[in-house]
Amino acid sequence: MSRLLVCPPDYFDIEYEINPWMRRSNTVDHVSAVRQWHGLMHVLEREVGAVLERMRPVPGLPDLVFTANAGVVVGRRAVVSRFRYPERQREEAYFEDWFRSAGYDVVTLESEFFFEGAGDLLGFSDCWFGGYRQRSDIRAFPLLSDVFTREIIPLELVDGRFYHLDTCFCPLSGGELLYFPAAFDADGQEVITERVPEGSRLVVPENEALRFACNAVCAGKHVVLPAGCPETERQLQSRGYRTHSLPLDEFMKSGGSAKCLTLALD
Amino acid sequence: MTTAQETIVLRGHVIDSLILAKVLDLILMMGGSFDLDQVEIGRTREDQSHARIIVRAPTPATLSHILHAIQPHGAVVEREYNCVVQPAPADGVFPDEFYSTTHLPTEVRLNDTWVDVLRVEMDLGITVDPQHRTARTVPMADVRKGDLIVTGQAGVRVIPMQRPRERDVFAFMESTVSAERPHSHVIADVARRMRLLRDERRAGSGQAKVLLAGGPAIIHAGGRDALTWLIEEGFIHVLFCGNALAAHDMEADLYGTSLGYALTVGHAVPHGHAHHLRTINRIRAIGSIRAAVESGVIKRGIMAACVRAGVQVVMAGTIRDDGPLPGVITDSMQAQAAMREAVPGVGLALLVASTLHAVATGNLLPAAVPTVCVDINASVPTKLADRGSFQAVGLVMDAASFLNELARQLGRSM
Repeated sequence: MSRLLVCPPDYFDIEYEINPWMRRSNTVDHVSAVRQWHGLMHVLEREVGAVLERMRPVPGLPDLVFTANAGVVVGRRAVVSRFRYPERQREEAYFEDWFRSAGYDVVTLESEFFFEGAGDLLGFSDCWFGGYRQRSDIRAFPLLSDVFTREIIPLELVDGRFYHLDTCFCPLSGGELLYFPAAFDADGQEVITERVPEGSRLVVPENEALRFACNAVCAGKHVVLPAGCPETERQLQSRGYRTHSLPLDEFMKSGGSAKCLTLALD
Repeated sequence: MTTAQETIVLRGHVIDSLILAKVLDLILMMGGSFDLDQVEIGRTREDQSHARIIVRAPTPATLSHILHAIQPHGAVVEREYNCVVQPAPADGVFPDEFYSTTHLPTEVRLNDTWVDVLRVEMDLGITVDPQHRTARTVPMADVRKGDLIVTGQAGVRVIPMQRPRERDVFAFMESTVSAERPHSHVIADVARRMRLLRDERRAGSGQAKVLLAGGPAIIHAGGRDALTWLIEEGFIHVLFCGNALAAHDMEADLYGTSLGYALTVGHAVPHGHAHHLRTINRIRAIGSIRAAVESGVIKRGIMAACVRAGVQVVMAGTIRDDGPLPGVITDSMQAQAAMREAVPGVGLALLVASTLHAVATGNLLPAAVPTVCVDINASVPTKLADRGSFQAVGLVMDAASFLNELARQLGRSM
């Protein structure tokens, strides 16, 4: 059973612009955002069977809702994020507090090593991948590799619209990979094809990648993803996954979707 | 120096991720080059790899661009230290832990900036002027009390030789010395370089000089005419020799003998052994070699050609010298200093048939200067190679054969 950290969108808004999706003029419909968030929680709890840990929202921290960027958790150990932008650096203390109060063994990185949590560190049981260049600093990965004793293959993110690894890269529980190749440079694409067998690579078409089809939550054979990605759903279903597509467009205004709104705790 | 360099380190899972390859590609694509100084590859998937890479670029600006481009991929400039200096405790004495130079291009780090060491030469110290951010080599005898001398190894780096662009014998600078090596292609390469340097000087597009350090065997063995021709034709611009080469050259002009042997017929002539003394005495009476040539007493030969062609001559004396001739520097340290002064600008050095002058000159030359060492005794080029003058190409052959073949290849009709 999956345990996920989430944060209600009480203060979710667009108060600054730190990625190409954010426009302060693009007003968030707060009622709609709250409805969409609860819709996601409903599916995660009732249909996927996940256990949700809710942290308390904080006024003035509109992006605290994107808990994928809290850090990364393995077992009882949590590494807290070091955000690149000052706008989100204020979230670090709250995430760290939550991990400590939940009894995690908390590891912090030096502030010069930007690392944006599970947004930039994803993988399979034997090999992890780290997205760098847009937000996380590649130099954080050797440190994380020391902490978790895992191989971490850095992948350069070359398209600013896919600014976190979890916007274009989604490992699935059966060993398949949902991804959008053009978000990576040629070396990164080559590394992915070497590490993930051809039959396991599910390439998302660009129009669906731009709807954040890859920003999906996979738990067992369930995949929760934003609405409007029929080709991605078809591919997932053909591999035996049960898809749950949900309207999450209020969060897309901030450059986030289903995956960004959760952090896997186990 | 024409290159700038910095050492970077790269750590992590950099092999399978192609990050190392990406960094190296970027360096090359941006006009730099690299040496993989150290690469430790992780033995298991979880193990990380570690690479230490020396990045070089033709200019500091290019190096800066390269570093800027590779840093996002995890390349971190290795932490560097400033050099440590101590004042010289007395005139002519270095501090105990003084850094002893090689003949390779060298830099010292002063106030967090790498600075070229000027006048690179082996077996010297380095003195720095922190205020003006300059560094230069200094011979032990020339150091003055209080001069700031670099000590230890920290903050000093030696730049390995880059392989020359020319694809000739010097591009494979090897210290192997063997009498069995074919000579003709080596001499052909030397001739090609000499022609190029002379043509550049004549066209005004280059200033590099050709230095010849030679012993009296050049005269005894019959290489005098060839060397004279090479000087007259503008192929040689600096001559290092001792009392003997000059004395026997002028003896040949005055008496037709070399150390008493008639050069044309090859046997001793009566009282010939005194010819070189009479020659020296004559020149001493005139006052200088230049005056002897200009007054017409000395008409032909190496020294006459040097005077007429404006070749810079440094004559260093030894304890067995007769006379010596006017102009011979009998104080070894002064002679060394005079030779040192003549070295900057030398682009090719020929060390022919002289053990002492060859080794002394080899010590003075920066490693980047292509050098040919010719001696009938293999121990001389071997000695040079052993002393670290590894840029020296050794030819085991007699001086006259070498000079005659060189002159022939450069167009002298026999």
